[in-house]
Amino acid sequence: MNDVTEQELHAYVDGQLDASRRGAVEAYLAANPHTAEKIAAYRRQGETLHALFDPALDEPVPARLRKPARSAWPVLRYAAMVGWLAVGLVAGWLARGPAVAPLALASLPQQASIAHVVYSAEVLHPVEVGADQEPHLVKWLSKRLGADVRAPDLNPLGFQLVGGRLLPGATGPAAQFMYQDARGQRLTLYVRTQTADTRETAFRYEKNNGVSVFYWVDGPLGYALSGELDRSRLLDAAKLVYRQLDS
Amino acid sequence: MWNSERLIEEQIPRLRRYARALTSDAVRADDLVQDTLERAWSKFSLWRRGSDLRAWLFTIMHNVYVNQVTAAGARHEWLPLDDDALEVPVEADQERALEMRDLVSALNQLPPDYREVLLLVGLEELRYEEVAKVMNVPIGTVMSRLSRGRERLRRLMAGEAAPVLRRVK
Repeated sequence: MNDVTEQELHAYVDGQLDASRRGAVEAYLAANPHTAEKIAAYRRQGETLHALFDPALDEPVPARLRKPARSAWPVLRYAAMVGWLAVGLVAGWLARGPAVAPLALASLPQQASIAHVVYSAEVLHPVEVGADQEPHLVKWLSKRLGADVRAPDLNPLGFQLVGGRLLPGATGPAAQFMYQDARGQRLTLYVRTQTADTRETAFRYEKNNGVSVFYWVDGPLGYALSGELDRSRLLDAAKLVYRQLDS
Repeated sequence: MWNSERLIEEQIPRLRRYARALTSDAVRADDLVQDTLERAWSKFSLWRRGSDLRAWLFTIMHNVYVNQVTAAGARHEWLPLDDDALEVPVEADQERALEMRDLVSALNQLPPDYREVLLLVGLEELRYEEVAKVMNVPIGTVMSRLSRGRERLRRLMAGEAAPVLRRVK
């Protein structure tokens, strides 16, 4: 009898045995009824598993497991074309401010990008309060932040308000508004009160956790717009936000 | 692109079956599937086109599951089991339903690493090499878990004292 290994016995059970070894294994089992019994029991385990759990295959998939209303991958290659046009613009904006961001300001894009990563990936509960209750949302967040907070309208760029949520910031409450375009791409605007560094600043750009962030300070509030967007497209959105909130 | 999302969706029933077997709890299973899908959707760009999507998804699910088991901490620590306490009285002429119930109970007595191997091989019918990749262990580890896990199940179901399983690294 050529040696049959235990591994081959399992491979035999699982249909993963080389066809050339099949005869040897079967001969071995015929000669070793005790082992053959075990092998039959292992087979039976597999059958029982199927009997137990195959019904799960036919159950309707619950809504919470279906495709989310967003796509997670950035696809905006065409944005690269306009990107070059915007490079000059970006440089211009950045040149308006001091070269080094003061410490208090530096935490802004970081917090914003983390909040973006956490909640823009959220399928079930991306926001606490939906856009259908925008007046309530804005009133609530303004009250909690102690400042006049508004949700800018990004529809001109194809982004609709999804809603918003209250977040713990470094120095107190912060707010996040979420937007989504027809492709499911998400943008978030993070707003917090700026206690330390309330001068107006130019737009600054940072990439954090794979997320592009434009951030700036306007009066008592710090803003950060985050997205997995091309920089120039995000800048367009940031300018739109800035214009609306500044007026 | 949307097509790719559909590819993932097609795998959901298999993921649910595996999760159901792994957790023996329909709600926990769907939680596991949901966490897996959320990761898969957000990391889809990392999937190498042309490679086996199902194996990729099972890998994600394995990682999520391991994290959950680890996070559950001492509550779910797998200690050597007291075999006397595990002996399942089995009647000679048991019915199929009883056998099924016993298998679930025996399965739940296995350490998670063993259970995963048994299910990936026996239920999901992955090849041994795929199981090794999914669980990120050498194939020898897969074979040894498979062999010990199966034997333990067999003995538990036969009402024999089952061997204590040690962690195979």
